[in-house]
Amino acid sequence: MSVDPHVLVLAGGLSYEREVSLRSGRRVADALRASGIDVTMHDADAALLPLLQADPPDAVVIALHGATGEDGSLRGVLDLCGIPYVGCDARASRLAWDKPSAKAVLRESGIPTPDWVALPHDRFSELGAVAVLDRIVSRLDLPLMVKPAQGGSGLGGTVVRSSADLPAAMVGCFAYHATALVERYVNGMDVAVSVVDQGSGPEALPAVEIVPRDGVYDYAARYTAGLTTWHVPARLDPAVAAHVAEVAVAAHRALGLRDLSRVDLIVDEDGTPHVLEVNVSPGMTETSLLPLAVQASGLEFGKLWATLTERAAARADAAGR
Amino acid sequence: MSGTTQDDYTDRYARRVRGMTTSEIRALFSVANRPEVVSLAGGSPYIAALPLDAVGEMLGRLAAEQGTSTLQYGIGQGTAALREHICDVMSMSGIDGASPDDVVVTVGGQQALDLIARVFLDPGDVVLAEGPTYVGALGVFQAAQAQVAHVAMDSDGLIPAALAETLDAVARSGRRAKFLYTIPTYQNPAGVTLTDARREEVLDICAAHGLLVVEDDPYGMLSFEGGAPRPLRARRRDGVFYVSTFSKTFAPGLRVGWVLAPHAVREKLVMASEASILCPSAFAQSAVTQYLATMPWREQIKVYRETYRERREALLSALADLMPEGTTWTRPEGGLFVWATLPDGLDSKAMMPRAIAARVAYVPGTGFYADGSGTAHMRLNFSFSAPERLREGVRRLSGVMEQELSMRAVFGSAGRTHHRRGAAAADAPGPDVA
Repeated sequence: MSVDPHVLVLAGGLSYEREVSLRSGRRVADALRASGIDVTMHDADAALLPLLQADPPDAVVIALHGATGEDGSLRGVLDLCGIPYVGCDARASRLAWDKPSAKAVLRESGIPTPDWVALPHDRFSELGAVAVLDRIVSRLDLPLMVKPAQGGSGLGGTVVRSSADLPAAMVGCFAYHATALVERYVNGMDVAVSVVDQGSGPEALPAVEIVPRDGVYDYAARYTAGLTTWHVPARLDPAVAAHVAEVAVAAHRALGLRDLSRVDLIVDEDGTPHVLEVNVSPGMTETSLLPLAVQASGLEFGKLWATLTERAAARADAAGR
Repeated sequence: MSGTTQDDYTDRYARRVRGMTTSEIRALFSVANRPEVVSLAGGSPYIAALPLDAVGEMLGRLAAEQGTSTLQYGIGQGTAALREHICDVMSMSGIDGASPDDVVVTVGGQQALDLIARVFLDPGDVVLAEGPTYVGALGVFQAAQAQVAHVAMDSDGLIPAALAETLDAVARSGRRAKFLYTIPTYQNPAGVTLTDARREEVLDICAAHGLLVVEDDPYGMLSFEGGAPRPLRARRRDGVFYVSTFSKTFAPGLRVGWVLAPHAVREKLVMASEASILCPSAFAQSAVTQYLATMPWREQIKVYRETYRERREALLSALADLMPEGTTWTRPEGGLFVWATLPDGLDSKAMMPRAIAARVAYVPGTGFYADGSGTAHMRLNFSFSAPERLREGVRRLSGVMEQELSMRAVFGSAGRTHHRRGAAAADAPGPDVA
């Protein structure tokens, strides 16, 4: 990294999570500035590429949530421009972003993930919704979790406890994405494990246990302070906690991720962790999970980001850019 | 090992802020101002139609030449000069003989509603309002812990028989209805206007029941086809509060509105305002006063009217050409909004993410009801976007509705979405959405 490192934080975008992204971006930018790093914030818009060309940053932080930040496409563009960024490469990002693809890789790697089926809405119109839904219920059993195959922040997701509620959940899900992921709902403790790599390999931070006040961790529960209680570290038996941490790191590795990720899991009554999804651009807001884990681990948020941006810049130097 | 909610104040909040939560719909609106999105969601006037150079010069002079007063504190009731101009403006609408003494200048019409609520509403009181009604008013009434009873409308505005029935139902339930909140002219969001005959009926019913009337009239001057019917306040003085604003006739950024109140109440409104904001902005009031005194404001209103009439035509003809069968909409004779009713089975709130993905925004009907109803409707704004942009927005919207219709056809009526109940404001955009 040059003498006066310059970091570009990308936030905003056109996704449903624009507002969350702007908050994440500001928080990271403030933390980096507090660590003495020169930071610019920018939206992913038509002015971005000219800016990258005119004033290439030493590293980019992708605080964009939703497709732009997570489907790998923007990372591909940054690769084209030869600009290093924090986080995994385009290919791994694309894999993690598509939940059914990611689940398939996790299962192949022996990492437990709830049984699922992923179906585009066209399949329902072709085959008849009633018949397909009946099949899903008899195969996976109630309760079910219905969520968009791509997307975050709990948008479009519903826990279905009665088959009568399934059609509504499907319609709600398809409003967000053309393919729905229906998975067996696992009862247990909701936890999120952040994985960071500061240079000595990926390490799990303390698990964050999520207890939404109204029982549902939906958009409002995620982003309204006071609606959810987080326990850090999660109230798990130490042996179980250690196993959860191993599984999270294994998921991070299985998907070929880099620098940081957040692994969302359910720990069932037997203490078995089931990985639900893995986020390559986790939220960084005041009520987000990764910052809570960073705080509990004793790391300093700004220093961690400084390390991650330095590592990204060093990768570019090593590649001779 | 205790948990954190990231909010150490949870158990200290007042009851009136319960239910103020982040919402998915609010999140979706966050992209509405990006240029890729055709926004039919806002309520912004087309400020680019103002002679901005001349206004800028005027504002500069107000600071440079009169700064010692325009940048100083003012009085709670608002400056006498502006209140006199306000009386002139009201006489154009047919409200004659109003005294500047009975006018209280407020921070937009919104603060006038807030003051009236502060002065009249106890927790549990009932406010009658059109269904649907202005989301900002619902927020004020909710903050006052009042209950809103909606009164049905048709294309002639509030239905008098429904008003009488609702009043009876409230009385039977042992609750006290304090006032009728109404936007009789070019209603927001419905775009309909209360007819002359019904105005008299509504006033008679309210008088017979001892019900006060809060008449909100931000759009009365924005008529496209002849003049608007005379305001309720022009017909009755007693028991009628008249609220209006310069937001639609000049500029909302100045936040200058007013309430014309019965004499006895005016002093309480002033004291409530002083307790709340001390005084309205002296600079903003001077700006409006100077604008009214020295600039061709009546011509400017004509420009707004012409612009909006053309845009309304564009929106209505796009709707007629492009909307799926079964969609209906109002035909406003003024104002900023069209209210559309969706084909059977469609849910405007559930459809929002699909609309945002298609780069078009509207406000779901649920933003205009206190009781969570309104899923079959949406509000479409035509004041802000150019005609071709409006048409493009309707084209995108119709594609979204077609997709949603086919989805509903596949999953049947069982596919109706159940919504988490929240405040109406959670389903409407903030004031910055154009």
